[in-house]
Amino acid sequence: MKEKQSLEEDIKRLQKIVEELASGKLTLGDSLKKYEEGVKLAQACSATLNEAQRKVELLMKKEGKYSLEKLNEDTT
Amino acid sequence: MPENQPQLFGQPVNLEKTRHVYTISQITQDIKGILENTFGEVWVEGEVSNFKAYPSGHFYFTLKDEGALLLAAMFKNANKDVKFKIEDGLKVICSGRIEVYAPRGQYQLIVEKIEPKGIGSQQLAFEQLKNKLFKEGLFDPKHKKELPLMPFCAGIVTSSAGAAVRDILQILKKGSPCVDVIIRPVRVQGEQAAREIAEAVHDFNQFTPLETIRREEKCPMSLTGFKQVDVIIICRGGGSAEDLWSFNEEIVARAIYNSKIPTISAVGHQINVTISDLVADVFVETPSAAAKVIVDKKNALLAEMDGYRYELSSAVSDTLHRLRNTLATLKGMLKSPLDRLLEKQQLLDELNSNLASHIQHALDMAGEKFHSLIERLEALSPLAVLSRGYSLSSLMPEGRIIKDASELKPKDLIKTILAKGSFLSSVQEVIKDESRPS
Repeated sequence: MKEKQSLEEDIKRLQKIVEELASGKLTLGDSLKKYEEGVKLAQACSATLNEAQRKVELLMKKEGKYSLEKLNEDTT
Repeated sequence: MPENQPQLFGQPVNLEKTRHVYTISQITQDIKGILENTFGEVWVEGEVSNFKAYPSGHFYFTLKDEGALLLAAMFKNANKDVKFKIEDGLKVICSGRIEVYAPRGQYQLIVEKIEPKGIGSQQLAFEQLKNKLFKEGLFDPKHKKELPLMPFCAGIVTSSAGAAVRDILQILKKGSPCVDVIIRPVRVQGEQAAREIAEAVHDFNQFTPLETIRREEKCPMSLTGFKQVDVIIICRGGGSAEDLWSFNEEIVARAIYNSKIPTISAVGHQINVTISDLVADVFVETPSAAAKVIVDKKNALLAEMDGYRYELSSAVSDTLHRLRNTLATLKGMLKSPLDRLLEKQQLLDELNSNLASHIQHALDMAGEKFHSLIERLEALSPLAVLSRGYSLSSLMPEGRIIKDASELKPKDLIKTILAKGSFLSSVQEVIKDESRPS
């Protein structure tokens, strides 16, 4: 999943934006642009973390080959 | 009685009858019989010295105390279950039987069981392995990897039937359902367990979901396209020290140490610390606690996101506030020249009105003066005198006012101005010194 892999980068970017904004050196126009970008990033990250779809699988190995099997969670 | 007859206490002795000569083998056989039958199964305690493990797998050593020494041998089939390492200086209690080893004329203890004195053998084995791995640096904090910022795919090495996996799945489902779970089922106790656990850790390092059915199913293959589990949780529920033994085995310790993927060890209950716990990057006390580590990470990140949103808003409102202040200051700076202008205008107005009144006053004064001058003028006017009956004569054509008769000569033309009108006349006679008419 793309957004999961980029979470760390998004957070780094977000930290940079917050830093830039807090420095107060930006013009109002730039501030608003950064603000918009930052809020979008924060929302995207939160959405990724709040995602409620998960998979549970069993990793099996037969003659050196791996396979994933669905786990029926009710039986565990 | 022959002279050469041997005597004992003065009595002749028949040597052929009384002397019994053993062969070495016979006497050794007799000693062996006596010793082995007398002692049978014994327990002895002593200190190990001169320990040697032979390539055959047999152990040879001596047991000693201050006054004596006993040779000991422990054969391969007996020593294969010894978990701790037998070494010189170790105080032990052994059980076995006394045996005579004929070829060397030695008696020795054939050890069947050995245990350290004063400490359980598992405890000793644990301490010995711990010591060894510590010296090798397997517990070194420098080697510990950090968990990912947020593990989105957790690999679990445990029994698929145990409470541990159920606890973890429940906590993750409730607390951070964004995390995928891949379970590598293994036995967590018994002889095969350690090997299976070690292999499972290795498998997670080898395996990438992209190699399998996931390729079609979920992950669009990216160029870097390599995805593994983010974290490996090695766990099992509580049990006796024996139950948890597999997690104290060297093979498990090395597999965890060699894992490129960060590991969390969660074995047993609070009281149990295993070698696995010591080697893993993160050690928690129970499987549930391992799941909570992930949930906590998620919650911390969510809180962090809220923090960022707040910081973003406050930074922008700070900027706005600052700009507003600047604007107000600038406005203030713009207003003061206006004020000065107004002040000047007011001054001007005042001056203006002063000026007007001054001018009026000046005009009034001038007017008054003018009038009085006019009056005076009128009073001095010859015309006023004329009206009283006087007249004014001037010599023509110069028009010079005649004040002295001596200025005249007969026949001069003079003009005489009266109160009303005038007339020309010529002089008849000049009377120079005529007294004024009285």
